[in-house]
Amino acid sequence: MKRLFVLALVWIGALVWLMPLIGALAVSLRTNEDLVSRGFWSVPEKLTLANYIRAWEQAGVSQYLKNSFLITIPAIAGILFFSSMAAYGLVRFRMRFGKGLYYLFIAGMLLPFQMLMLPVFELANKLHLYDTLWGLILFHISFELGFGVFILRNFMRTIPQSLFDSAMVDGASEWVMYRKISLPLTLPALAALATLEFTWIFNDYFWALVLVRRDALKPVTTGLSTLMGRYATEWPVVVSGGILAAIPTLVVFLLLQRYFIGGLTLGATKG
Amino acid sequence: MFLALPLLLYATWVLYPVCKTLWLAFTEWDGISPTAQWVGLKNFRLLFRDPVFWKALSNNLVWIAAFVTIPVALGLGIALVLNGNVRFNRFLKIAYYLPMILSFSVVGLVWSWIYHPASGLLNSTLAGILRILKSMGAPVNPEAAFNIGWLSNPRLVLWSLIGAAIWRQVGYVMILYLSGLKTLDPAVLEAGRVDGAEGWKLFRYVTFPMLAPVTTIVVVLSIIDALRVFDIVYVMTRGGPFHSSEVLANFMYTQAFRNYMWGYGSAIGVVLFLLSLGFILIYLRQIAREEG
Repeated sequence: MKRLFVLALVWIGALVWLMPLIGALAVSLRTNEDLVSRGFWSVPEKLTLANYIRAWEQAGVSQYLKNSFLITIPAIAGILFFSSMAAYGLVRFRMRFGKGLYYLFIAGMLLPFQMLMLPVFELANKLHLYDTLWGLILFHISFELGFGVFILRNFMRTIPQSLFDSAMVDGASEWVMYRKISLPLTLPALAALATLEFTWIFNDYFWALVLVRRDALKPVTTGLSTLMGRYATEWPVVVSGGILAAIPTLVVFLLLQRYFIGGLTLGATKG
Repeated sequence: MFLALPLLLYATWVLYPVCKTLWLAFTEWDGISPTAQWVGLKNFRLLFRDPVFWKALSNNLVWIAAFVTIPVALGLGIALVLNGNVRFNRFLKIAYYLPMILSFSVVGLVWSWIYHPASGLLNSTLAGILRILKSMGAPVNPEAAFNIGWLSNPRLVLWSLIGAAIWRQVGYVMILYLSGLKTLDPAVLEAGRVDGAEGWKLFRYVTFPMLAPVTTIVVVLSIIDALRVFDIVYVMTRGGPFHSSEVLANFMYTQAFRNYMWGYGSAIGVVLFLLSLGFILIYLRQIAREEG
């Protein structure tokens, strides 16, 4: 009896949790006049995809989404490359400051990133990277190094030392060992890192706001704000834009759920 | 050699900016003129006399209080239920995870619609409920529901924003607890049961204490996230109306990029930094402890 009650609560909660998304989906399929004149809780006059088409073409969501991919994909490649190198360095070479460096990387990931805002803005301007996609990419790579090193170092530490020893006997250089031993054996962690970083960078709003101003270069997060301003009175178009913007991360999450959750829990609690 | 390039990037884009902001906080600068003017503690003195600063700070504290209680309790509760054998387990989990995958700009957009007075989901639903009550003879006016300004009423707006943020946060807390529950030693739980602990007692004296490391991490991360919250405030209200939903991060952004007060903005950043520093250290200690 008590158990049934608890289960019912969890089910009701789940429906409440889904309601904003279901509601948004329902609105996106109706015309604005229909919605304004008859309210949300009414049977739609007709269902239409016109809002999606307007959001995609006129409101420029297609361009925004393209920019998001142009930022996210090179940034992920850079994060995987540089943080695996740094993690390899930290694990392989026992340095005096190794541990301190490692903590420095972790501390960076917890920093109130607003601390970086003004100098990063200034630096991007000086390097002529302000209002370019490359500035944003470069910054994401550098900032996310903290989390990348955190995840990868812990994973690489579990690789047995004997593998490196025997490779060294065979005359392998550090670079070869990094590529042939460390990277392949870290693959699950790399996949988790890539999945998480995809959602984070794709969803980044703050740095896109600080570093990119031109409408033509905006990723979909700041692009949506522009869209909200321009179509303020037409909720169906605005909401359709929001749904289109959410699709890439939703697809990645549903396909790679295992890695996503694995990565999040790696970051917070080590089993 | 392997560390050189990553460290160079990290130093340029993370370490140097932190130090620079620490320095800028003691200067007066508009971000444009060639040099910043050293002014000592002036920015902090002004800041501590600025009512908007105190409003923002207290809003951040409310945000923290809400974040370490509501999503943590909900996330833990749901994790406990879904950790057992429940039918449609996967579906239920996904229902709670989904908001976490969305960017704050999408969350802000969807909730701006939900809170919209005339055509939003919330007021429409309230009006619908009132209509049913009225048809049953209750003396209510359904149309009154459309006058509730969730984002324009200074007394409601902060809680409206926190509500949207909680919607996104619960799934995250749930994931952390679910993975924590998986690592618990079943033998200890069994021993608890043998000793006669059941239900609430088992949770209170066995499960919850065993989850303590997870709880520490969850609470610390929640506090840090509540301190640096920006996106959702900026997207939905920009801190308004009249700073009633102002938070430190948004206040800093406005001062620096709207009012060109880089020194003042940096001082706000430094306050944010100092507030989080303690929690960052707690997190690092937890990590160090797990490393042994």
